[in-house]
Amino acid sequence: MAELYRTVVMGASAGGMSALATILARLPKDFPASVVIVQHVKEEGTDGYRAVFLGKRCPLPVKEAIDKEPLKRGIVYLAPAGYHLLVEETGTLSLSVDPPVNFSRPSIDVLFESAATVFGERLIGVILTGANSDGSHGIRKIKEYGGYTMVQAPSEAEVPAMPLAAMESADIDAVLTLAEIGGFLTGIGDHPIPEAPAMPHQTTTI
Amino acid sequence: MHRQEDEKTKRLETELLLEGIFRRYGYDFRHYARASLARRLDLQLRRHKLAHISALIPVLLHDQAAFDLFLQDMSITVTDMFRNPHFFQELREKVIPKLKTWPYVKIWCAGCATGEEVYSLAILLQEENFYDRCQIYATDYNNRSLAIAKDGIYGLDKIKNYTANYNKTGAKGSFADYYHAKYDGAKMNEGLKRNIVFSHHNLATDSVFGEMNLILCRNVLIYFDQDLQNRVLDLYAASLCAGGFLCLGAKESLQFSSVVDTFDPVSRKNNIYRKNYARAEGGHG
Repeated sequence: MAELYRTVVMGASAGGMSALATILARLPKDFPASVVIVQHVKEEGTDGYRAVFLGKRCPLPVKEAIDKEPLKRGIVYLAPAGYHLLVEETGTLSLSVDPPVNFSRPSIDVLFESAATVFGERLIGVILTGANSDGSHGIRKIKEYGGYTMVQAPSEAEVPAMPLAAMESADIDAVLTLAEIGGFLTGIGDHPIPEAPAMPHQTTTI
Repeated sequence: MHRQEDEKTKRLETELLLEGIFRRYGYDFRHYARASLARRLDLQLRRHKLAHISALIPVLLHDQAAFDLFLQDMSITVTDMFRNPHFFQELREKVIPKLKTWPYVKIWCAGCATGEEVYSLAILLQEENFYDRCQIYATDYNNRSLAIAKDGIYGLDKIKNYTANYNKTGAKGSFADYYHAKYDGAKMNEGLKRNIVFSHHNLATDSVFGEMNLILCRNVLIYFDQDLQNRVLDLYAASLCAGGFLCLGAKESLQFSSVVDTFDPVSRKNNIYRKNYARAEGGHG
């Protein structure tokens, strides 16, 4: 049987909550992968609110990640404020209070880089709206390890800097609107990972 | 694909390096969570301008100075005083009143790193008029971190944030009463140190050193894999007297551990647990 995508990692910063809500709202109840999200946030203790906000708009359960929690399909995990979120080779999540990366903790690069080494070609990485360049190294690593990479179309992003930085850093597979990203993810259960790496910018075939 | 082969080789190299460090120096990082560890080893590679983790083996095993630097890099965590203020508020309201029923209380700050948590606790105990009946043992495996903790000098740039945190803990005074600003540092009052003993203890290899009424270990276990977490949690269960309290970080949990039945939750939100009486062995407080 052909290999299927196992995990989706998403990174978002300024304007990210509404972008995430738009995508998550489109995921089906039987979504066959886990979703792990880093959304930059300044204040600690805001996680509960964010998970509730997104949970109300998404058919899947949305929760803050707990250390050593096993990743499960059909669940959306949110990096807690003030911690880096990483994926272990055992398929569990782990946290760290190492110094901020790109002035951010949680950092998108930290999540993406660890997920890339664990999931390889079974990983999808998505960079959304944001005012900095966090995630640009991570998305390149996902690409290097055979994963599928997407960014929100800069023309649509509330703040285009982060998608643009990702596109500058890596040969991104697809540049899509939020609605298209949601549509693509909805279909991943039916589409095995392509044998050959997808061509860059093949947005029309999705 | 060859990337996955690379990862396999990297895993092997990492295991060889950690085994070497353990047998050469006695520091056991073999059960550290690998994802964070991998980032720290990448830092070592950049620092020494090396391409492969196996190339670190001769460097770290032969060059004591390089190993000391490695040890420092292994504990570069960044924390605050009164991190997660609501936890300290609950400590004040739910835990300290129970601790006060004991005539004398021993507290272990395990993995205290540079001491922010220890001073936060000392301030809290003082404000609750309880500090003189407490002995705090603050331990870490990293002597350099311990030295910073003992000095108790923190960057002035952080004080604003610490003060904001402190004010959210149900504070009874002013944070400015607890430190002296000098140049660009804030030195914690000497009086806060009077009931603190700083000492070296390695959670990965050392054992119980006393019967405790409260153990504070926040955001330390996240660096360990599940096996080592279980070892350390067993150590805490064995160290606590019946009815003793265990405080973990807000995003840590006993849920996936082997001691889940030994403790009752006091605060699920802030991960405060109490060792239950039924399963307690030996004496009680």
